[in-house]
Amino acid sequence: MSVYPYLIAVWLFGVGLWGVINSRNYLHLIMCLMVVQASTYVLLLSIGYVNHGTAPIYQGISTKALVVDPIVQALTLTDVVVEATVVALLLGLVVQASKRFGSIDPDAIVRMRD
Amino acid sequence: MSQLAPLAVAVPLVVAAVLGIGHAVLGRIVADIVAVLTAALTLVMTILLLIHVGPGYSVYWFGGWHPRAGVAIGVAFQVGAIGAGLAAFVSLLMVLALVYSTRFIGVQAPRYHMLMLTFMAGMVGFCLSGDLFNMFVLFELMSVSAVALIGYRIQQQSALEGALNFAVINMIGAFLFLIGIGLVYARTGALNLAQIGATLAHAGNDRVIVIAFTLIVSAFLIKAAVVPFHFWLSDAYAVALAPVCLLLAGAMSEIGLYGIARVYFSAFAPAIAPQGTSALRTILVAAGLITALGGAAMALVEDHLKRMLAFVTISFVGVFLFGAGLLSEDGVAGTSIYVLGDGFAKALLFACVGILQNRLGAVGQRRLHGRGRPLCVIAASFFAGGLLISALPPFGPFLGKSMIDDAALKQGLDFVPPLLMIISALSGAAVLRAGARVFLGWGESHDEERDSADEETSAETEQLYDHTPAVMLIPTIALLAGAIGVGAWYGMADLATTAAHTFVDVSAYRAAVFGGARQLGAASSAAPAWFDYVYCAGAVVLAVLIAALGLFSRRIGAAAERLVRAAHVGMEPIRRLHTGRVGDYAAALALGVGILAALMTLTLG
Repeated sequence: MSVYPYLIAVWLFGVGLWGVINSRNYLHLIMCLMVVQASTYVLLLSIGYVNHGTAPIYQGISTKALVVDPIVQALTLTDVVVEATVVALLLGLVVQASKRFGSIDPDAIVRMRD
Repeated sequence: MSQLAPLAVAVPLVVAAVLGIGHAVLGRIVADIVAVLTAALTLVMTILLLIHVGPGYSVYWFGGWHPRAGVAIGVAFQVGAIGAGLAAFVSLLMVLALVYSTRFIGVQAPRYHMLMLTFMAGMVGFCLSGDLFNMFVLFELMSVSAVALIGYRIQQQSALEGALNFAVINMIGAFLFLIGIGLVYARTGALNLAQIGATLAHAGNDRVIVIAFTLIVSAFLIKAAVVPFHFWLSDAYAVALAPVCLLLAGAMSEIGLYGIARVYFSAFAPAIAPQGTSALRTILVAAGLITALGGAAMALVEDHLKRMLAFVTISFVGVFLFGAGLLSEDGVAGTSIYVLGDGFAKALLFACVGILQNRLGAVGQRRLHGRGRPLCVIAASFFAGGLLISALPPFGPFLGKSMIDDAALKQGLDFVPPLLMIISALSGAAVLRAGARVFLGWGESHDEERDSADEETSAETEQLYDHTPAVMLIPTIALLAGAIGVGAWYGMADLATTAAHTFVDVSAYRAAVFGGARQLGAASSAAPAWFDYVYCAGAVVLAVLIAALGLFSRRIGAAAERLVRAAHVGMEPIRRLHTGRVGDYAAALALGVGILAALMTLTLG
């Protein structure tokens, strides 16, 4: 197992967070958030990866065969489901912002408050 | 009896789903009754669980996946008295909040009820879970429901902004949590807290474990809103409906702190203790005290009542983090009593503000100036809440505070009791001064000054009540009774000490999970000493004095006026940091995680 997947995970987290901090558009901001989220997928899957391992399905192969870790794959799947819910909710909020206030710029919304 | 634990989570979720299916035919009354009954049933189940747990642990393995040969692979609910007690407290607050919201204006059945029930299920499940990944899922369930509840009045721009800020910041927190979980799993091959603890006891500490612990703790600190992760909280609490605030302020922040204590004592303590304990204690205690002081100071300069209470909440989160961060048995015991007593008191204050909104249609102190005069009962409750949170002896918050003081003295932190006295006094003063302005009409009135902050909540209540509905008044009085009752019965302190004794004992926890449970005895705590009474009475007197200074500075003299103005000018830069821009909050978050990671790797790794 090489170190590159971990570096990629760190990179994705960093650029995503940078995007969240500097975003001027809620839609863009949520996409950046999903980039941050992608780093968790990469990290989890690389933790469970085994060189030359096969899929963790024991039908038709020896029970002693080398397989990748199914737990982290299950975690990743759950993560996808959970975060899809949050992103859907966030996008719903952004649609409402655009409909009701005519802007999806966080700064513009803050200015209207003052 | 251990089946009660999963049922306490499953029942509210199933009822929420049924309410969703039947939304077209269910009226508000049916939804109200069903929701209140479900919350009450959850309360009964969690109380039975608490009694059943006693001084030990109750373990439920999902699907019957018991540990084999001393290795736990299955997913489990592992319930101790602290977890069950917190779950029962959450359910009790939910019952009161749902009763309170039956006549609350602007609530739509049954969507609101569904969200409240899922919110409760998430919080209760988080308290009971003994599996790191399960904690993550329930943590997210809690966050998603909270986002929807905070943004409930979507027609208001500030509600939308509060919900978005909360969602984005908490989502980043969730990713940190997940990365931490992944790293722990990579090192230990386990997700069960007890199994992680058992593996770490053999393997010892290394840098990956420290980073994982830092990330998980950061996620909980974000949820608990500790400085500098706190920015989302005031935006969110200012716009949430008052009954939702009851739960947010009374329980959700505290649940984040529970998470820190839980993962430390059940899983990470074998790797970090004993050589890293004092370093970790210093970090947590310092973060707690900074948060407590900053929150209290911000509360004093805030006009919007809900925002002010939000900062009071932040201040108390800091005090709780300090108490739990002592990483000792008495610290945990004192914090759990304080969480109960103060949780009731803060919920009481939010309930009073909600009634004000329904009666008078405003939440700005200046706009409400003197208009609360006819509301005698609410006024009395509000002032009682203010005195209680400044730790009036011998009630709930006093008992918790004196236990934390004693725990701090035992660790040699002599400067802490006077400091906590000042912090309680500042929070109490903010509340008392607001009460005097609103209910008594004291201090200068600013009729010409219409506050912009006030606009955002004025539309929460379209048609106002000319009397307070009984269903809003009764939960308010019940919350007051709770805050008083926690301290009035001293047996509570012994129960909390017994619970804490089990909570911090990692080997007893492991024994309970893997079978061969050790017998755990009851423990008792010393009664508050004379100086505890002095400190807490001092806090109350100081709170009244500071409130009076704020109200009558012009009449007292030029020196007092200059002092008040200097305090406001001094706080202005800090106030300006709360920009409402989610990007700024994310930057503060990144900075906070960076500092925490640097400190932890340098001192623990």
